[in-house]
Amino acid sequence: MPSRILRKRKLIPGATSELVISAPHIAAKAKPGNFVILRVWEDGERIPLTIADADPDAGTITLVYLVMGKTTAHLETLDAGDDILDLCGPLGKATEIHKLDGPVICVGGGTGIAAMHHIAKGHHMAGNQVVTIIGARCEDLLLFHDELCSFCPEVLVATNDGSCGRQGLVTDLLVERLENDKTVAEVVAIGPVPMMRAVAEATKPFGVKTTVSLNSIMVDGIGMCGACRVSVGGQTRFACVDGPEFDGHAVDFTELAARLTAFKDQERLSYEEFKKSHVCNCSK
Amino acid sequence: MSATAPSKKAKVPRTAMPEQPPKVRARNFQEVALGYTPEMARIEAARCLQCKKPACRKGCPVEVDIPGFIKQLVAGEHDEAYAVLRRTNSLPAVCGRVCPQENQCEGACILGKKGEPVAIGRLERFAADTYLAKSACETLTGGPACAMARDDLKVACIGSGPSSLTCAGYLAARGIPVTVFEALHEVGGVLVYGIPEFRLPKGVVRQEVEAMKALGVEFRPNWVGGKTVTVPELLETGYNAVFIGVGAGLPRFLGVPGENLIGVFSANEYLTRVNLGRAYKFPATDTPTFPAKHVVVFGGGNVAMDAARTAMRLGAEKVSLAYRRTEYEMPCRREELHHAKEEGLDILCLNAPVEFIGDENGRLARIVLQRMELGEPDASGRCSPVACQGDTCTIEADMAIVAVGTGANPLISQTTPGLETYRRGYIVADPATGETSIPNVFAGGDIVTGAATVISAMGAGRRAAKAIADRLLGPLPAEVSPDETADDSADA
Repeated sequence: MPSRILRKRKLIPGATSELVISAPHIAAKAKPGNFVILRVWEDGERIPLTIADADPDAGTITLVYLVMGKTTAHLETLDAGDDILDLCGPLGKATEIHKLDGPVICVGGGTGIAAMHHIAKGHHMAGNQVVTIIGARCEDLLLFHDELCSFCPEVLVATNDGSCGRQGLVTDLLVERLENDKTVAEVVAIGPVPMMRAVAEATKPFGVKTTVSLNSIMVDGIGMCGACRVSVGGQTRFACVDGPEFDGHAVDFTELAARLTAFKDQERLSYEEFKKSHVCNCSK
Repeated sequence: MSATAPSKKAKVPRTAMPEQPPKVRARNFQEVALGYTPEMARIEAARCLQCKKPACRKGCPVEVDIPGFIKQLVAGEHDEAYAVLRRTNSLPAVCGRVCPQENQCEGACILGKKGEPVAIGRLERFAADTYLAKSACETLTGGPACAMARDDLKVACIGSGPSSLTCAGYLAARGIPVTVFEALHEVGGVLVYGIPEFRLPKGVVRQEVEAMKALGVEFRPNWVGGKTVTVPELLETGYNAVFIGVGAGLPRFLGVPGENLIGVFSANEYLTRVNLGRAYKFPATDTPTFPAKHVVVFGGGNVAMDAARTAMRLGAEKVSLAYRRTEYEMPCRREELHHAKEEGLDILCLNAPVEFIGDENGRLARIVLQRMELGEPDASGRCSPVACQGDTCTIEADMAIVAVGTGANPLISQTTPGLETYRRGYIVADPATGETSIPNVFAGGDIVTGAATVISAMGAGRRAAKAIADRLLGPLPAEVSPDETADDSADA
């Protein structure tokens, strides 16, 4: 039962796109923090993508992806009106969202900003004071700025080159905020592993609860294979069913980063073969 | 032939199964056992004594009329033989390949007392393959013999492995519409993600599923029970009954240091990549595994054998199997062990893992093994392995596959309030009907019993289906057995 792509928006030409997909059965249940597993063609690989938004009334979910390998490159060749062969979800535990005494700071980096957006929105809907901090190398690579500004009164931006917001890292803004505001109840971070690790290290001295969303390699996404296992507080947990969100202060990021490279040679080979056989239209 | 005296039949040797030569097959994914020719099937079928009280049938969890189908094979009535099989068995082409016949039908065969039992499994496979090969088209387009007589009813099956498929097939045969919800993108459960192509070609599973679609069964892949849809939601949206046949899919790990190094796989992950993901065709397909020089598999069951033989076929220079006890205690089928050894499997008995050691990139490089010896029998009745203190060794290995069993996946029980489970998460179900603590919710297969066999899961699926159908339609009249009703479907 393929799922139709209704709209496509190229957020960063050649690198990142947003798809709005018709999937009423998933949209009806998708909560912030959930992900889907998709497959693009009949011999394709199953890959997990975090749900960036869901509209149960319209029966749609929104996915944002970074083109980084064969499956995402293949996905990038699809357009509105095309079908995604297999789409399965919503998977994983939803973000624990309840009324907090103080503000929640949601930190997003790179494509992770899209996934963070859904969580920030969830906290906002629950009546929490939401502060968002987003970062990218430069302004052109900054995602979901407008969407976040639409409901979040405080959107802080850091770029490496200073083309938007503060020149520096998201952690600089985060530490500053934590130093000046002792009421912060929770920090949520989604982005590349080095960023999430840096956020967890930055918040530790402040003793603020820190939640990270892990992007391990997955196969089935329903707890059957253990490919996504991560060490949290010395215990092995499965990101697909026990997570994907965990206590950032307890995650073994070194192990996570290593495990993400498990198939790097094969991934490169697969991607190269694909690029040879497909004319790239992603920057059109 | 059929007039031959029993004493003479016992002397006719069991017809050998043609197989690919070990050296050839150890490097390909084609089926190991090639199947009987019609002549071989006729000769083997003629060995059957046609016992008045067939012990073989009692040995079969779904009570296939074994003398009945074999009699048809002797007469050359291949379609009839298949029809007899389908009366009680929805998946004969699968069972003929993967059932542990030596413990079931063939284990009970009278001929086996003094000589070799009738090769019932091979004959079952022959009958099913012959039928499917000849009439695949008819199966698909001929239309079901059982009309969907009761469109006011509907039953949901969660999972699409052997128990759910059997349950769905039986219910459809009795005119009850069935929807099967499968979490993965391909239907078949363990038959598709677990059992390798060289033991059970996926085309065989697909044919069985197509035959079920022809009966009107609806399949919804990519629907995760407990996530996309829950049991209470199914009942609320008008399903009269729900059958939970989700298997025991949670992998167990060894709990030793270094287990999260790159190159240490659960058997589930490794086999799912290769079977469901067709990684043996990478990079033509997208799901990768990586080549390894020395693979060490931990475990002694059929899954361990499947993983080891798969690793050989993917080009490993050496594949070893480490087991805490001796070959004698291995729970795998003897045939699997025999095949694996023929193909060159190195067996490290009385060895238990102590630690996985990685290189600077977090990839597996070495494994520390502890020598064991056999002690007193434990709760399983097998001698318990006891560590020989101080006797360890370290071997080089770049891949390890952990095949030490599975547990109950909690996705369903977590989302079904009131569903009673045992301490380890398996679902409590009435042994006779499969009904759980929630009325009209049934369960069967590995999610009830823990990891067992394809055929025992099918038996549970069938019992539950009968209970569901009897409740929804009223019991069948005494003079018409459910087998005969199911038979109508087989003629489709």
